[in-house]
Amino acid sequence: MNTMHLITRRIFLVFSLLTATVAQAQLSIEITGAGANRIPVAIADLSGDPTASRVVTATIRSDLERSGLFKLVDTTGAALDENSPINHGEWKGKGADALAAGSMARSPDGRMEARFRLYDTQKGVMLGGKAFVTGNDQLRAAGHRIADEIYEKLTGEKGVFSTRIAYVVKSRGQFLLQIADADGQGAATALTSAEPIISPVWSPDGGRLAYVSFEKKKPVIYVHSIATGQRTIVANFKGSNSAPGWSTDGRRLAIVLSKDGNSQIYSVNADGSGLQRITQSAGIDTEPRYSVDGNIYFTSDRGGSPQIYRVSANGGDAQRVTFEGSYNVSPRPSPDGKSLAFISRREGRFQLAAMDLASRQTQILTDSNKDESPSFAPNSRMILIATEMGGRGVLSAVSSDGRIKQRLSVAAGDVREPAWGPFSK
Amino acid sequence: MKKLLIPALVLASIVGCSSTPIPDENGGAPVESRTGGSGVAPVIAGGLDSRGLPMELTDPKSKLAQRSIYFDLDSYEVKGDYKDLVAAHAKYLVGKPGFKMLIQGNTDERGSREYNLALGQKRAEAIKRSLTLLGAKEDQLESVSLGEEKPKNPGHDDSAWAENRRGDMLYKAADGRGEF
Repeated sequence: MNTMHLITRRIFLVFSLLTATVAQAQLSIEITGAGANRIPVAIADLSGDPTASRVVTATIRSDLERSGLFKLVDTTGAALDENSPINHGEWKGKGADALAAGSMARSPDGRMEARFRLYDTQKGVMLGGKAFVTGNDQLRAAGHRIADEIYEKLTGEKGVFSTRIAYVVKSRGQFLLQIADADGQGAATALTSAEPIISPVWSPDGGRLAYVSFEKKKPVIYVHSIATGQRTIVANFKGSNSAPGWSTDGRRLAIVLSKDGNSQIYSVNADGSGLQRITQSAGIDTEPRYSVDGNIYFTSDRGGSPQIYRVSANGGDAQRVTFEGSYNVSPRPSPDGKSLAFISRREGRFQLAAMDLASRQTQILTDSNKDESPSFAPNSRMILIATEMGGRGVLSAVSSDGRIKQRLSVAAGDVREPAWGPFSK
Repeated sequence: MKKLLIPALVLASIVGCSSTPIPDENGGAPVESRTGGSGVAPVIAGGLDSRGLPMELTDPKSKLAQRSIYFDLDSYEVKGDYKDLVAAHAKYLVGKPGFKMLIQGNTDERGSREYNLALGQKRAEAIKRSLTLLGAKEDQLESVSLGEEKPKNPGHDDSAWAENRRGDMLYKAADGRGEF
């Protein structure tokens, strides 16, 4: 009987491995809108090891193109590396404002080294260059790093191609909390549950996710270390425990508890200690998010309809922030502190909106019906949302001016609850 | 190749286990074959159903078998239509202090999941308050929210949404059996 047990366990393992592969449904990306003035850039095929070069070159190109800010100039026939002399006039003639050239070489320890240089063909000068050493299975990561460098040199903003996203897939009655690269590749499942998982949020250091899981048949808040899989219960009080939001230093979480009746906002240390009440209202207070200026933005129906308010992270009087319409929810202050993304209901449609916090001007950024759960990229330029396409849940990335749109979907399931991770170290 | 062999092995051992003949301890004496297992026909005295639960609560014809209260969009007000139903459940809880009730608040799928979780909690709380105002005890009642996460009707139209904006009242019997 004992051996049988062992064998069944081994079978179970094989099975788990099989289902894990199936569950790693890749996100596919479709670009549905691009910026008005795209920078024409030429990315020459990296020289050196052909297989590695192909992967890295393709990653750089697709990252830049997907951002909606660049137009790729054809480089067919160019045989360049980072040391080649550059004929700036020739590339200017082909319409390229910038040119990147480089190579892949094997480093002494057997890993690969990706090197590149970037040139301004208009001014005829070199803008910079770098080398990244990477494992053979991490070639795409090297491509993302180079794309980030090119993006930053040409736009003046940090790139987000090396960041990761988290989201929940509902497939065959299961809920999978997955983590993937920002381009949807390399998806891995951090948590599988038969019960709903909602509201994942990244710790500022990118090492942990806080989320709400219904696995105890009610909403309970967890903090989950991504590398080890270790989970800590942050709040499991009577009633609902939900809506975690990290403080900008990663030490505390704003959370929502209904232990005293209505949903109210509290803050707590990431290990569950040091509980402190932040709001005191007779209605619903939920969806707290810290902003870089030390405030908490949240949703409340204290004025009769759900609207967005702002309160000091230490509590006190709250100020109302949204006034247009009867349903404004899910506030997300941008990492640069300049704007606020939220979901606004207009004529029965739920759409992504962004408010300029200085002018208080609000712009609706989408034309969809069921937008939910906005999440800013760490450079504040794009906003990831959950929306619906053909009856299925998909993710969409929208630029903060609404011009650029990308759609990310999984073939066999509903994708929801996206969270864009911080800059990678 | 090794992995492929393992399932065949397990299958064989399972079949082997189940088909092993059991030695006859009675030395081959014929055993009377009975129908219905124990041969005892169970009779339940009036008022209890086949599971021994109060028929007042489980008989579909009973008022107390109605357990759902439906809400308007964005609202957590228990409408006047449910006055009699709430009063009937409150009366039952007052008369049966050992019985407890779990109230689950639900919402339709539209809008914020987190706001819906809070809205579902408010709906459950509103039902709880109506029951306590009519005499049910605080410690008999627990209100929880499932938000939009457990829709009764999986559809995406007005009628599905109306069905999902709902509070459900589930009983727990004095002996701990629930939720029914």
